[in-house]
Amino acid sequence: MEILRLALDNLLSPPVLGFALGLVAVLVGGDLRLPDAVYQGLSMYLLLAIGIKGGVALRASSVGDVILPTIAAIGLGVLIPVLAYLILRRATPLSGLDRGAIAAHYGSTSLVTFTAALVFLEASSIAVEGFVTTLLAVMEIPGIVVGLLLAGRAADRSLSWGASLHEILVGKSILLLVGGLVLGVLTGASGYERVEPFFGALFVGILTLFLVELGTLAGRRLPDLKTAGIGLPIFAILFPILAGTMGVTAGSLAGLSVGGATILGVLSASASYIAAPAAVRLALPEANPGYYLTASLGITFPFNLVIGIPLYLEIAQVVGG
Amino acid sequence: MSTTPPTHGHVALLTIVAESILEPRLERELRACGASGWTVTAARGEGSRNRRVGDLDGGNVRIESLVSNDTAAAVMQRLADDYFTHYAIVAWVADVAVHRSERYI
Repeated sequence: MEILRLALDNLLSPPVLGFALGLVAVLVGGDLRLPDAVYQGLSMYLLLAIGIKGGVALRASSVGDVILPTIAAIGLGVLIPVLAYLILRRATPLSGLDRGAIAAHYGSTSLVTFTAALVFLEASSIAVEGFVTTLLAVMEIPGIVVGLLLAGRAADRSLSWGASLHEILVGKSILLLVGGLVLGVLTGASGYERVEPFFGALFVGILTLFLVELGTLAGRRLPDLKTAGIGLPIFAILFPILAGTMGVTAGSLAGLSVGGATILGVLSASASYIAAPAAVRLALPEANPGYYLTASLGITFPFNLVIGIPLYLEIAQVVGG
Repeated sequence: MSTTPPTHGHVALLTIVAESILEPRLERELRACGASGWTVTAARGEGSRNRRVGDLDGGNVRIESLVSNDTAAAVMQRLADDYFTHYAIVAWVADVAVHRSERYI
């Protein structure tokens, strides 16, 4: 019953309610979208805040603690998109190109899902290894690359890798996240103290505002569901549970605590909706965003936010305990 | 009192409205085709395609460039080859009178 109480607390947390507000606004015909510049600014704030905080914690970790979980994260980043691609072939009538595009999204990770999980675990007083942000950073890219490779193979054409890979690597999310990590490692706890009122104390409030925006974006994606068929929404709910269980198990085997294994589960279960869509749009313009964005942002994101995160914690407690 | 009257010449005004994710690529195309400068503004609107990820990445951009007719034709050809099929993009060329037109051709 503990898990139910945690799930209910999660449901009533400000970020999740903010998401619901954005969603309801769209359903009643309103519009709560942030101005573009504000949205971009908030997303930069979140990435940098997560990066710096992760960097400060990384400094306190020893290399030995980090190495096995990092290998597990990279392995999952490669395995998950392949699995997604194969399962989609059975579950949906989508072309290889669209399946590869979706696989790239599920192979990559979602910063906001990760962040919501950290906030949830903190509220539940469950400790998490400080270096988990490093896992977020290393899992962001491999999934996208594997997904694009699968799609390119299916479409029987070579992708213009030079341009695309460069665009992915110097994308805002990677630069800010990795840059923030480096900044955090260099400045350490004493330096962080000086920016904590901005990057720490305000964090959950700004996350809530950001989630209002994501709620409206997710709501606007829902009409696309009608054209996608029934296989895709089922995939978008069941696949995260499978990938999340794999992530939790791999995390436990790699020596992570219950909190850390939950986070690796969340990273495995989450689907990207910022870095991957941009990369896929540039490298695979033929793939239909109506499928990949609807699945990742319209279904998997809210599912993980409300049900997935407490569920992966429960699985981590069973596996780890 | 004598002032030199402004001199006008005719050049092509090339305007491209596209999903904003394409902005860096389109700027590279313009440069490669010989454009010496351009103006980019944020744009909103609706079109026939409605298939984009622009929602997540800042809507559309409107890129305007004063170029020679040859450059305009070259850019249009590049757009036809690689962009029109898959992206939300529209482009047009107009003949305009411009002060100091020799700067643009």
